[in-house]
Amino acid sequence: MLYRENGQFKTSYRADLQLLPIAQDRWFVLGLLAFAYLGLPFLASDYLFRALIVPFLILTIAAIGLNILVGYCGQISLGTAAFMGVGAYAAYNLTVRVPQLNFLIVLALAGFAAALVGIGFGVPSLRIKGLYLAVATLAAQFLLDWLFAHVKWLTNDSASGSVSTATIKLFGIELQSPLRKYLFVLTVVCLLTLAAKNLVRAHAGRAWMATRDMDVAAEVIGIRPLHSKLSAFAVSSFYAGVAGALWGFVHLGAWEPAAFNVGLSLNLLFMVIIGGMGSILGSFFGAAFIVLLPLILNQVPLWLGIPLSTATQSNLESMIFGSLIVIFLIAEPQGLARLWAIGKQKLRLWPFPH
Amino acid sequence: MKPKSAANQISFAAALVVVAAGAVSAAPDARAQASEQFIPLLVYRTGPYAPNGTPWANGKQDYLKMINARDGGVNGVKLTFEECETEYKADRGVECYERLKGKGPTGASAFDPQSTGITYALTERAPVDKIPLITTGYGRADSQDGQVFKWNFPLLGTYWTGSDVLIQHIAKKEGGFDKLKGKKIALVYHDSPYGKEPIPLLEERARMHGFDLIKIPVTPPGVEQKSVWLQVRQQRPDYVLLWGWGVMNSTALKEAQATGYPREKMFGVWWAGAEPDTKDVGDGAKGYNALALQHGAGLSKVHEDVLKFVHDKGNGTGPREEVGTVLYTRGVVISMLTVEAVRRAQEHFGKGKPMTGEQVRWGLENLALDQKKLDALGFAGVLRPVSTSCNDHLGASLARIETWDGAKWAISSDWYEADQRIIEPMAKHSADAYAAEKKLAPRTAEDCKS
Repeated sequence: MLYRENGQFKTSYRADLQLLPIAQDRWFVLGLLAFAYLGLPFLASDYLFRALIVPFLILTIAAIGLNILVGYCGQISLGTAAFMGVGAYAAYNLTVRVPQLNFLIVLALAGFAAALVGIGFGVPSLRIKGLYLAVATLAAQFLLDWLFAHVKWLTNDSASGSVSTATIKLFGIELQSPLRKYLFVLTVVCLLTLAAKNLVRAHAGRAWMATRDMDVAAEVIGIRPLHSKLSAFAVSSFYAGVAGALWGFVHLGAWEPAAFNVGLSLNLLFMVIIGGMGSILGSFFGAAFIVLLPLILNQVPLWLGIPLSTATQSNLESMIFGSLIVIFLIAEPQGLARLWAIGKQKLRLWPFPH
Repeated sequence: MKPKSAANQISFAAALVVVAAGAVSAAPDARAQASEQFIPLLVYRTGPYAPNGTPWANGKQDYLKMINARDGGVNGVKLTFEECETEYKADRGVECYERLKGKGPTGASAFDPQSTGITYALTERAPVDKIPLITTGYGRADSQDGQVFKWNFPLLGTYWTGSDVLIQHIAKKEGGFDKLKGKKIALVYHDSPYGKEPIPLLEERARMHGFDLIKIPVTPPGVEQKSVWLQVRQQRPDYVLLWGWGVMNSTALKEAQATGYPREKMFGVWWAGAEPDTKDVGDGAKGYNALALQHGAGLSKVHEDVLKFVHDKGNGTGPREEVGTVLYTRGVVISMLTVEAVRRAQEHFGKGKPMTGEQVRWGLENLALDQKKLDALGFAGVLRPVSTSCNDHLGASLARIETWDGAKWAISSDWYEADQRIIEPMAKHSADAYAAEKKLAPRTAEDCKS
């Protein structure tokens, strides 16, 4: 009744090709954006911004990047956290060595640095597939981890191997308060989401998907695997690099090499699988699930006033979180994005299903 | 997929979302009455470091309970506290900090992050939120320089004072610093900021006395050390310094036993010298030495009070046997320093009032705990005097050596004082580099007085 596109006629190719062809979707997204920019700043507390929303948004960027590689191009990667690390350390070195650079440029360069490294480690994908590729990317993870911990130049000769960042200044405004950080990250997320959404339905995205579905057939119809696979690695690592720089500068402020370890890589892969492979929206759902749910689970006993020891609470959190992952994967193997799609389908027929 | 089940799933998912949203927005605001002092407790009771983190956390909590039960708080201000599990991870630590920093009528008093990694992350946030960090015997070594690190208090010791004392002790055993020339000393360290902190000082000492420093990293958490001890066997160092935490320590001792490296030649940092590290190795660790961060194991007056006012009432946080163990006592010491900083702040800003983080920071910077006060608090034989200032956030840099006799830890040396003539210039240099990187202005004389 509410969600029906009857009467919305498309009279031009432009109208047919737009990002959100259904008017209700457009209003929904606009409303959401308005809420995120104008509503949330007045509603959310500092705790929500700094501990939940900002990390969620930053990891969403990394998840979108990984989703492009895994979900759209079909190349498994276990090295996303390392590419985030490349972005973070690149940004750190740029700000330390060239302090006059604008942070937006630093962010873009961090992305490009990660993209270069990503292409390098993507080369094996031209020869190997599936689990073998996963192992090759895992090697990237360990190699880069080792470099972050042991190459002194990368950490500006920090004695302990951990680095700390100066407060970011953008056009004279200090990104210090949680609200400013949130608005900045939100803007980056919006821009990168828009770019990703357009990329995956353009020439590049179609080439990725053809490669994913059957690489031999894709080659036959004239898609060069070298281009499609390496471009997927490049774009994916670019997103990871930007996310890494934000994670280091905006969220943590100071980090040790272990901040970008294999655990984070696996978490990102879980986000993509649970959120929905091959769906940009799914990356948001996946990141929300993995970032927010453990923290909420951890605090539920407290809110309900159940006295539990800290250890029990923490173990309970892991148990419930683990079983929820299993339940979701059994209930909907295609991820939360698929549930969303089914929901929209149902809404079209509501309240009169056939 | 059948439409029915799809609908079920959607309602299930929707229910979850509603629960989640409700939970986030309905976080109850536990504002209590005004005369309460909130002390946040960052702990880890799960994960690879839990065996060491748990007694530490229990000691911290028991002391606060004891102060409430025995004295009714600090000048009538009751102490409240809440724990948050960090799992020794930096991101969870940051979340816990954000969760606890605003609790209580005046916000969090001071944080003890229980992890060098988390300390690094919180060092960036503490000045913004105006909450001090107490990192007793860990954290950034250069943060003893209060001119730059206004909000960090590595009270009683840093890794530089600790490693300095170890070298002094080895030199004494050898019969003088000149005897160190040509000796080989291996540092077996946790490959993380924690393990790397002592390296600059040890390198400086190696340069001064002409001994070889062999650095052997152990990948955290350190359960696999075969190759490390193979290296030790090949290089045959005269001494091994063990900079481990958690399961890494007991593994190292077992491997040393298997390799046949004499445990008498092994010296651990104060985080590698507690019961969980040696208990399982038992006789195999006999003769192994470690730094004692002033206190060793054993019961003193304060422990008796904890037993009487907390454990006898059935309020003990952990098992009764744990009271008096090394890490438990360290937790007690940290809570005592926090409470005494609150008391000192009250003397300055008004007795019987809850203090803000900023006021507690003043208390920490003007701590003056002489032996008489410490003895009155029940810390006779546990601690020596602590006095801090604007320049010196360390308060004391004394340490002793303790030795495991196969069943328990016993103090086996006299007091040593770290050589600040070496450490202070290094700390200053490092802190200045930090200030330059962060574009921090040095503190003014008024800032020091206020």
